[in-house]
Amino acid sequence: MTFLSYLINGISLGSVYAIIALGYTMVYGIAKMLNFAHGDVIMVGAYISFCTTSYLGLSPLVSVLLAIVVCTVLGIGIERLAYKPLRQAPALAVLITAIGVSYFLQNAALLIWGSSSKTFSSVVGDWSVKLFDGQLTITGVTIVTVLACVIIMVALTLFTTKTKMGTAMRAVSEDKGAAQLMGISVNGTISLTFAIGSGLAAIAGVLLCSAYPMLMPTTGSMPGIKAFTAAVFGGIGSIPGAMIGGILLGIIEIFAKAYISTQLSDAVVFAVLIVVLLVKPDGLLGKHKSEKV
Amino acid sequence: MKKALSLFLAAALCTGALAGCGGGSDANSGSDSATAFKIGGTGPLTGNTAIYGNAVKNGAQIAVDEINAEGGAIQFELKMEDDENDAEKAVSAYNALKDWGVQLSLGSVTTKPCEATATENFADRIFALTPSASSTAVTEGKDNVFQMCFTDPGQGTASADYIAENQLGTKIAIIYQNDTPYSSGIYEKFKTEADAKGLNIVSTTTFTAASATDFSVQLGEAKAAGADLLFLPIYYQEASLILQQAKNMDYAPKFFGVDGMDGILTLEGFDTSLAEGVMLLTPFNADATDEKTQNFVTKYKEQFGDVPNQFAADAYDCVYAYKAALEAAGATPDMSAEELCDKMIEVFPTLTFDGLTGEGVTWDSTGTVSKSPKGMVIENGAYVGM
Repeated sequence: MTFLSYLINGISLGSVYAIIALGYTMVYGIAKMLNFAHGDVIMVGAYISFCTTSYLGLSPLVSVLLAIVVCTVLGIGIERLAYKPLRQAPALAVLITAIGVSYFLQNAALLIWGSSSKTFSSVVGDWSVKLFDGQLTITGVTIVTVLACVIIMVALTLFTTKTKMGTAMRAVSEDKGAAQLMGISVNGTISLTFAIGSGLAAIAGVLLCSAYPMLMPTTGSMPGIKAFTAAVFGGIGSIPGAMIGGILLGIIEIFAKAYISTQLSDAVVFAVLIVVLLVKPDGLLGKHKSEKV
Repeated sequence: MKKALSLFLAAALCTGALAGCGGGSDANSGSDSATAFKIGGTGPLTGNTAIYGNAVKNGAQIAVDEINAEGGAIQFELKMEDDENDAEKAVSAYNALKDWGVQLSLGSVTTKPCEATATENFADRIFALTPSASSTAVTEGKDNVFQMCFTDPGQGTASADYIAENQLGTKIAIIYQNDTPYSSGIYEKFKTEADAKGLNIVSTTTFTAASATDFSVQLGEAKAAGADLLFLPIYYQEASLILQQAKNMDYAPKFFGVDGMDGILTLEGFDTSLAEGVMLLTPFNADATDEKTQNFVTKYKEQFGDVPNQFAADAYDCVYAYKAALEAAGATPDMSAEELCDKMIEVFPTLTFDGLTGEGVTWDSTGTVSKSPKGMVIENGAYVGM
């Protein structure tokens, strides 16, 4: 029974990673850049939701929608101001800019909301399902997070494979120059990718803080890095890979804590990652592309 | 586009820089300088840790006013400079105090800045008694820097003693953060003392800043081991998550914290019913009924409209400890800082001091204080003495 409850805790933690990883992988898959500011957009989303429920007294659902809108606009804005001028620059320059944006967002949040942490009240409410005479508890937020994760993954997969815009995205991902020649607006497509990625970040932020209700300007950074790891683990650029990578990472983390050592859990998680990448360098579901000269 | 971007970034930088400049130094003066000892210290009077700096400033001010009003041989003049909890700013604030002619220093309020100013104090031979900077690095290797508060490890020993004496738990579980010296320092001393006192520790688990979200495994282990007391030598942010998750899994041991737990009740959005029954050790209890505490709390409320916290009480005690030491040394205000420094180094280890934060307080020659903490328990969303 303890095994089962650890498994559920692992899935709960992992599904939060998975939802963040979906945003990472989406942007990487299309724009081919690592958006290290993703974790901080998550934090902004959580703050927006916190403020609208605590200060304006709006309902949780409205607050989530508002967070999505604000984060989408923020994502497009960041892309316009910080990444678009660097479209022709080397990948390293964009990466450093992304780190800069990440620090900018953290410090802006510090100025606006202060450094003292806030307790986030769950948007899902305080219900849980008890199984086996109460020996096993599944919290409501776990169920909602897992469901949201599956829905988002399916929706994103359908969007990128079945719709015209999704096809355009994949074309941009394969070859920007050729896509432009075929009449696809590369800038528009990349903006759309950021809009979707940042909207997802808002949902991730709200669910992260509902599950672990501590909100600080640095709230997004560590889960962001873990989720990035999860995305690489699952095969960066692959949408189902992000989800599987995220959930596996959560389960490994909890099991490592439970059965090996709480002190070593992070070391174990990253050791597993190294082994997986040694065996499968493109991650679990990543596609291997050979470089053409 | 590029121009617009650089303009935007420049503007953003300026806003940041300006926001950092808010406030500024803020001076208090007591009586005339020719006949008074000049006491000065640095602390965060603005910024996000301003609560600590202002508490110290206010607490010290009350003590200075009381002493000056008595009109005895010893009079004080107090000046606190703002350091915004930043080590570099603390050093410039310290230099400003030196220009003012500070004779006795209160060091700095917070630990990091105090480590920086303590080094300066040592080099300049200006005696320092910090009200609240608690790391051992503050006093280590400096013969003229003393502390009014417990050291971080000292709290571990005190907690174990307290739990053993009051028989609060038969099976003890510990969750601590192993990547901060604060938490692991307390844990190590606690463990040593608990073993010596025959306390039964059934589960010890850790977390790091990187994994401070999910505590289900740590709590699960404590619960499975049947622990009836959970010792949490950690900060209140993580403690609030632990309380929440313990409730989710219907695990209700006694929770026992240290001074890092202080602050949980004012955490924005926190459901204080979760903290019901949480115990913590702190040197000062504003609800204590003795005359000294009551008098201080009333004055503090009147002047500053707030209930004083342990920082204010420590600062109040600092000023009185200085008074006692100066009397014992027969010092006069016309002495130089260096002369006073030598006298204080001599006198402080021989002093036995009764203050708000403890009776029979003593110091050893390394500058570490020895006093007994008071137990507090949270009832109906407020601290109550145990």
